Amino acid sequence: MNITTLTSKRFLVPAVLLLVLVLLAIAPRLIGLDHINIMTDLIMWGVLAVSWVIFSAPTGYMSLATGGFFGIGLYTSAILYAREGVLLPLPACIVVGGLFSSCAALAIGAVTLRLRGIYFAMFTFGVVEFSNRFFNWFELEIMGVRGRNVAVVDTATLYYIALIIVVAVLVTAYLIRRSRYGLALKGIGEHEEAAAHMGVDTTRLKILTFAISAFFMGAMGVATGPRVFYVDPTTAFNANYTFLPVLMALFGGMGQLYGPILGAVSFGYLRYYLITRLPYQYMLIFGITLVLVVVFLPQGVGGLIQRVQNRLEGLITKLRKGGPAEQHANT
Amino acid sequence: MPILEGQDVTKFFGGLAAVSHVDFHVDQGEILGLIGPNGAGKTTLFNLISAAIPFKSGEIRFKGQKLNGLKPHQICKMGIARTFQQTKTFADMPVFQNVLVGAFFGSPNRVSWADAAREASQALEFVGLSEMKTTPAKDLTLVNQKRTELARALTTKPDLLLLDELMAGLNSTEVSEAMELVTRIRDKGITIFMVEHVMKAIMGMCEQIMVLHHGEKIAEGTCQEISCNKQVIEIYLGEETHAGN
Repeated sequence: MNITTLTSKRFLVPAVLLLVLVLLAIAPRLIGLDHINIMTDLIMWGVLAVSWVIFSAPTGYMSLATGGFFGIGLYTSAILYAREGVLLPLPACIVVGGLFSSCAALAIGAVTLRLRGIYFAMFTFGVVEFSNRFFNWFELEIMGVRGRNVAVVDTATLYYIALIIVVAVLVTAYLIRRSRYGLALKGIGEHEEAAAHMGVDTTRLKILTFAISAFFMGAMGVATGPRVFYVDPTTAFNANYTFLPVLMALFGGMGQLYGPILGAVSFGYLRYYLITRLPYQYMLIFGITLVLVVVFLPQGVGGLIQRVQNRLEGLITKLRKGGPAEQHANT
Repeated sequence: MPILEGQDVTKFFGGLAAVSHVDFHVDQGEILGLIGPNGAGKTTLFNLISAAIPFKSGEIRFKGQKLNGLKPHQICKMGIARTFQQTKTFADMPVFQNVLVGAFFGSPNRVSWADAAREASQALEFVGLSEMKTTPAKDLTLVNQKRTELARALTTKPDLLLLDELMAGLNSTEVSEAMELVTRIRDKGITIFMVEHVMKAIMGMCEQIMVLHHGEKIAEGTCQEISCNKQVIEIYLGEETHAGN
C-alpha cells in the first residue's frame, strides 16, 4: 500500500460515514413512516449488537444478559414515561434507564466476573431468567398489574432518538477500541493472568466496560418502550433480545465495528421479511442461514469483506507495480 | 541491602505444604538463583511473590513494604515484573502490542501514547525482536516468545525481575544468548531472582543460590558452597555434577 491509497482512505471513510449519516437523517422525508418504523427496529438491533461487542468481543466473556439490561430500560420507560402520567422528559428517561442498567451491570459484574467461559455465560443468562420470573411475581402479586402502557411518541422522533443512540454507541465503541483500555481488554481476552501481571487492573476494567455496554442496552430499552406501547415481564425480558444480538454480531463479524451493524441490518431485515412473508417457514429458513454462516464464514460477513478488500488491494498494487505482462511472467 | 524479604512464608494446597516456613532475601542488584527438584515449590514461591495466588501465613516485603493481600497489578506497579514457566503471551496480538500493554499499565504513572510506543520499541530492540514487531505472538518460536515476555516485563520498569525457567527448552546457543541478555538486564540495575534447571546458567550467573525441596529451604549460599553441599548433591545435583565441578 502506498501513500496515495493511505491518504485517500483517510478521507474516504469519514466522507462515506458522513454521507450515510446525512441520508439517515433525511430518511423520514424520503420514505414512508411504515418504513421508518422498520428502520428504527433495525437500528435498535444494531445498538444491542454493538453494545454486546464492546464488552464480549475483546474479553471473550460471553454475556447473555443483554435482554436483562434491555428489559430494565423497557420497564424504566413504562414507569417514568407511563401513559397514565409522564414523570420525566424522554431524553432524561433514556439516561436514567441507561444508568439503571449500568448499576445492574456493576452488581452482576462484581459477583460474576470472576467466573470464566461457560460459567459466566450461564450465570448472566440465569440472572435474566430470574428477573423475568421475579418481575412477573412482583407485578402480579405486589403491584396487581399484568403489564404497563407507555406514553405515545411519534414515529419520526423515535427514529431520531434511535439514530442518536446508535451514533453514540458506535463512537464509544470506536474510542474504547483504539484506546489503551481497548488494548488491555484484548489482553484480558488473550491471557487474563498475564494482563494482570503487567499492571492491568483486570477486575475493574471488566466491570466498568460491562457497565458501559449495559448503559447503551438500557438506553435503547427506554427508547423502544414507546414503540412497543405495552410492556410486561415476559416481553421485556425476552430471550430474543439476548440471543439475536449475539447471532447478529457473529453474522456480521466482530473484527470490524461495521460488522455488528451489518449483521443487525441484514439479519434484522431478513427476520422481518420472513416473519411477514413466510410466517410458517420463518424459523426454518432463519436457522439454515445461521448454520451456513457459522460453517462457511467463521469471521462473519465483515471478515469476508476484509478478505475481498485485502485481495483487491493486493491485486491493484500488483498491477501498478508490474503491469499484466510482468505479472504473467511471475506466475 | 535486601530489596525483597520473605519471612516464614507458607502455602498449603489442601494438606500439602507447597511452600513451608521459607525465609529468604534478595539483595539489591544481585542475581539470586532458585533451584530444586520438580515439585519443590519454586514456581509456587514466585506465584506468592507476584500475587498470582494469595497466601495467609508468613510475610513478604518489597523495599520494606508488605506485599500480603495485594493484587498482581499492584505488585507489578510497585516494581516487580515476572515471566512465566509456560509462556503466556497474548497469542493473537502482534508482538508490539503485547509489549505495549506493559508500557501503558506497568508503571504507576500515566504514560502517553508516544512514550509507551517508544518504550515498547526500545524494549523490543533490547531483546532483539525489532524485526518481528508485527508478527502475532503465536507465530513466534519458543525462544522469541520468551524474549517477548522479557520485553513485556521490562516495559513495566521493574526493580526486581522474577524469571521462571527462562532457559527451559532452549538450545545451547540460545541459552548463552539468554544468559548474556539477563546479565545486561542486571547491568541496568534490575535485581534478578531466577528459577532455573540449566546448571550452566545458574552457576555462570548467580551470586547466590537458594535450594528448595518439598517446599522447604534446605540450603543457600554461593555457587561453590551449593555445589559442595552434600544434601543438595544427594537430592538434586547428583554425584556426577559434583565430580564435574
